[in-house]
Amino acid sequence: MTDPNAAKFENVDTIVAGLGEQGYITSQQIATAIFIAENLTKPILVEGSAGVGKTELALASAAWLGLPLIRMQCYEGLDESKALYEWKYGKQLLYTQILKDKMGDVLGDTPTLEGAMEKLHGFGDMFFSEEFLEPRPLLKALRQERGAVLLIDEIDKSDEEFEAFLLEILSAFQVTIPEIGTITSTVPPLVFLTSNNMREMGDALKRRCLHLYIPLPDAKLEERIVAARVPNIEEKLRRKLVAFVQMLREQDLKKLPSISETLDWARVLLLLHADDLTPALVHDTLNVLLKFEQDIHAVRPQIAEITRKARQYGDRGYVTPNATTS
Amino acid sequence: MQRPLENFLRALRAADIRVSPAESIDAHQTVELVGYSDRQFFKDALCVALAKTPEEVASFDDVFEMFFQRDEFDTNDEGEDGESSQPPESAEGDEAFAEQMENVPLAEMILDADGNELSAAMEQSANRVGATEIRFFTQRGYFTRRILDDMGLRDLERLIAQLRRSGEGDDDETGASDLANRLEQGRRYLLDETRAYVERQYELYARANGENLREEFLMETKMSNLEHRDFDRMHKIVRRMAKKLATRYARQRRHTKRGQLDIRRTMRHNMPHDGIPFHVFWKQTKIERPKIVVICDVSKSVAAAARFLLLFLYSLHEVIAQLEAFAFSDRLISVGDILNNNDVEQAIPEIMNAIGFRSTDYGQALDDYEEGFMDDLDRNTTIIILGDGRSNFTDPRIDIMRRMHDRSRSVIWLNPEPETFWGTGDSEMPRYRPFCHVAKTCSTVMHLERVIDDILKSYARS
Repeated sequence: MTDPNAAKFENVDTIVAGLGEQGYITSQQIATAIFIAENLTKPILVEGSAGVGKTELALASAAWLGLPLIRMQCYEGLDESKALYEWKYGKQLLYTQILKDKMGDVLGDTPTLEGAMEKLHGFGDMFFSEEFLEPRPLLKALRQERGAVLLIDEIDKSDEEFEAFLLEILSAFQVTIPEIGTITSTVPPLVFLTSNNMREMGDALKRRCLHLYIPLPDAKLEERIVAARVPNIEEKLRRKLVAFVQMLREQDLKKLPSISETLDWARVLLLLHADDLTPALVHDTLNVLLKFEQDIHAVRPQIAEITRKARQYGDRGYVTPNATTS
Repeated sequence: MQRPLENFLRALRAADIRVSPAESIDAHQTVELVGYSDRQFFKDALCVALAKTPEEVASFDDVFEMFFQRDEFDTNDEGEDGESSQPPESAEGDEAFAEQMENVPLAEMILDADGNELSAAMEQSANRVGATEIRFFTQRGYFTRRILDDMGLRDLERLIAQLRRSGEGDDDETGASDLANRLEQGRRYLLDETRAYVERQYELYARANGENLREEFLMETKMSNLEHRDFDRMHKIVRRMAKKLATRYARQRRHTKRGQLDIRRTMRHNMPHDGIPFHVFWKQTKIERPKIVVICDVSKSVAAAARFLLLFLYSLHEVIAQLEAFAFSDRLISVGDILNNNDVEQAIPEIMNAIGFRSTDYGQALDDYEEGFMDDLDRNTTIIILGDGRSNFTDPRIDIMRRMHDRSRSVIWLNPEPETFWGTGDSEMPRYRPFCHVAKTCSTVMHLERVIDDILKSYARS
């Protein structure tokens, strides 16, 4: 833990406040997870549906701590040469080509083959030193002197083998490179892994991580998030649009709109200079919130009704939508 | 706190949350870090450290609330009669019996109306008799009794009897019977509390066991014997199974053989560099993803098993992308759309309505398949047929079966009937059999899992 950051992890409230300054409004639970992660030096596996702010959490944490964010996007077929390190093969080749002539000078005065070999052994490891090492995200994160925030995004997209390969890094914060040895981090990075639950993660990986599930926010939290992210939007409209989205989430939809959709919608409304939520406006902009044709189709007939209710909440002040929709 | 935490972890395990020793170390460290003062904080912290899936988070919530629920014994004031609400007076009366009471700490606790002390005493006794070891529903009475005995209930009862006797004779100046009444009340209250406590232990530690037993039993019950009320549970089991299979099946398609140079590709890509190999390429083997076609019989003869076959079909469809699903009795239809657009409760009846419960005609069904879908078969396709092969003496159309066999990678026939029945009556199994790579009896969910597992494995190897 770096000194200037020690104070930031003092308790959960400072974490909530700190992330809030970065425009990331957290619940107590999220902050608790970060608190534990930092104190037990454990990675956090963040789950939740798309667009609830999993990746954003890592970005905000990095900004808040003033540490570099190192991001690794996972995909099928990702292997250690892309994730951890690779030898700069081209550079090695180039150097051998250039140094070819030098070779003669160095070996010139050696009379026997054995002698020449002996001499060469002395230079043997030259081409497998750190000079020729191309660090990839994981190694980069371990070598940051002040620590870093490492984001391993969409780990569920990677292969099972890769997961196994991550274990050494996640539990001991070290990697082993056969030619050089084991590299251990001086300051362990704060690690976030995100998953969309495309596949079940292995038990070994889960065991090494803290698990954080980010649910869709309730109306109050969502209003605060919109306020922080789209500050220019008028308060009444904000309340209405959040109420609308909250009610939409109670519908039987294929893909429920999450926070990022709400924010997008708020921005769209701002762009259109809308000052009130009307059925026509909703009708035209619904595709920002819903990403499936079937969903849009299902919701369309109810737009007028939902809009009317949402406007009521907006005018009346905050009421839980659940209380009256039933 | 060591001990309660250990018990809590055990309760979690009973609720199907996997807590390994490493995780229990984490839990202890977490507790050390956060302390017990803030309940919500304590709960969130433990939850983050222990529950690893959204489902586990939900059961963690339940277990936590149940485990750390402490009904304070409200022995004092309201809920009891007038006397106990006047402690000074009664304390006076008690002195007369102080001598007798001395030997009965339980009585003192009741009269002190100290809820904390009582519940603490009860938990200590519970620990001594090992109440957390409770396994079966029927053990509840036994453990209640043992806890109470350990707390000294017998002495209390004796004391009450004694007090009653001494209170009988005179005008009861000393208030003996009065005291006895109060103790009696306390005793009854204690009884209730202990019963509730044991009930909670049962819920915490043993209930899930019963559930597991039930699931194991269902796995091995014949599909045709399963009852409707088990449907939800079955869905859960089948879903979990399908997911497990799908995870294994989704294994990487490309496997790099590092160390074996792909000379052709390397040469080709390094032409611009005068053949100096700046870019190296390694040989790779591709693992083809299997295409699976499932054809499911939903006719009258297999009606009982059909629901579960469809359930399995539905779950597979959820987890495997390249799955084509068909159902037939006298005609064959593609049910992919129905499976896609409905949830399981609607999809199955809908399929049954569309095509189910009619008399079987395998020949016609195969003909329909050839007509509409034969072109989709290729050497990567596995065909799974779920059905009993009873075709009501119609033409079985062996020729189509032969063509399906020739075009596909493998044909697997899963028959809910035992093998001895094959060929009896209108069963055409012996005639279809030569054109199946595998023909097996498959009457329980366990069978089903094994067979599907084999199929997926055979793909991974090739």
